[in-house]
Amino acid sequence: MIDRVELWIVIIGLGIGSYGLRFVFTGIIGDRELPEWVLRHLRYTAVAVLPALVAPLVVWPPAALGALDPARSVAAMVTLGVGYYTRNTLAAILSGAGALYLGLYLLG
Amino acid sequence: MRAITNTSIYWQGVRDGSPFLLVVCPFALLFGVIATEAGLNVFETLAFAVIVIAGAAQLTALQLMADDVPTVIVLVSALAVNLRMAMYSASLAPHLGAAPLRQRAIAAYFTIDQSYALSIQKFEQHPEMTITQRMRYFFGVVTLIVPGWYVATAVGALAGKSIPPEFALDFAVPITFLAMIAPMLRTMPHILAAGTSVVMALIFAGLPFNLGLLVAGFGAMIVGAQSELWFGRRAARKDAS
Repeated sequence: MIDRVELWIVIIGLGIGSYGLRFVFTGIIGDRELPEWVLRHLRYTAVAVLPALVAPLVVWPPAALGALDPARSVAAMVTLGVGYYTRNTLAAILSGAGALYLGLYLLG
Repeated sequence: MRAITNTSIYWQGVRDGSPFLLVVCPFALLFGVIATEAGLNVFETLAFAVIVIAGAAQLTALQLMADDVPTVIVLVSALAVNLRMAMYSASLAPHLGAAPLRQRAIAAYFTIDQSYALSIQKFEQHPEMTITQRMRYFFGVVTLIVPGWYVATAVGALAGKSIPPEFALDFAVPITFLAMIAPMLRTMPHILAAGTSVVMALIFAGLPFNLGLLVAGFGAMIVGAQSELWFGRRAARKDAS
């Protein structure tokens, strides 16, 4: 059971911290020119952070008790493939979900 | 090219953002369900989602709290997951920085994966957009997504334990993220950065306090930036010869 005081410390602390992270550059730096090397790194933010968040969840899914799960692996590959070739997030999600349910049905 | 009016650009944002309801709502629903299962009531779950408005960080915090990890580490780890928000902020700064402070302060709250991804794409394709048009587009994108986030969280919290595990909602998070990443793999440096990110995240998964995510994220950014330079130089040499 999660402690109530801890829960609210986390909610409020995380809220303030997340807002600070979102505000730091747009709010404080404004439109002052950032150096080119900073911008060059920032272009890769999303493709650098999000895969790192996903990879362990795909390879060691907690719902499969941390073991590689065939249905979930196939669903992940279908999502990635469809998303890459169609450039359409929604199509990728629907295909991935379809593949997951089909996989769970067939492979149990 | 079609002339852009300030009103039409807002609605363009709304239209471009609306398909992401199908991304955001299952994610919020999932958080609602998982939070309820961890013992949070509907009010606590909704407050969590409204105040933090970042699903991945919320889920990380919840997971660690359920595992009885010390509060400080819960906060640091969840904020590490959210570090990408600072990067979004920096990336948006050259485009939105000229807006009034009050607008930027409100936009900061609404800086989420979807509003960032859609806006930066739009701003880079249309450098002629005025600052007002950029802000309108940005707020257009979040007009449906954010209320959808709140409502779906509440629905998830109310539905709670009645969703059977056969629905495999656990995998909604990876599928959502993968579907967002795949269309971003436009160039070789993007692909190399994503590949590095995956490999490093798996290698460093054992690091304490979620540090693997940070290490992989920074490593992959460096690989992306360096390979962009390398491919740029190679293209320049080809042109010269």
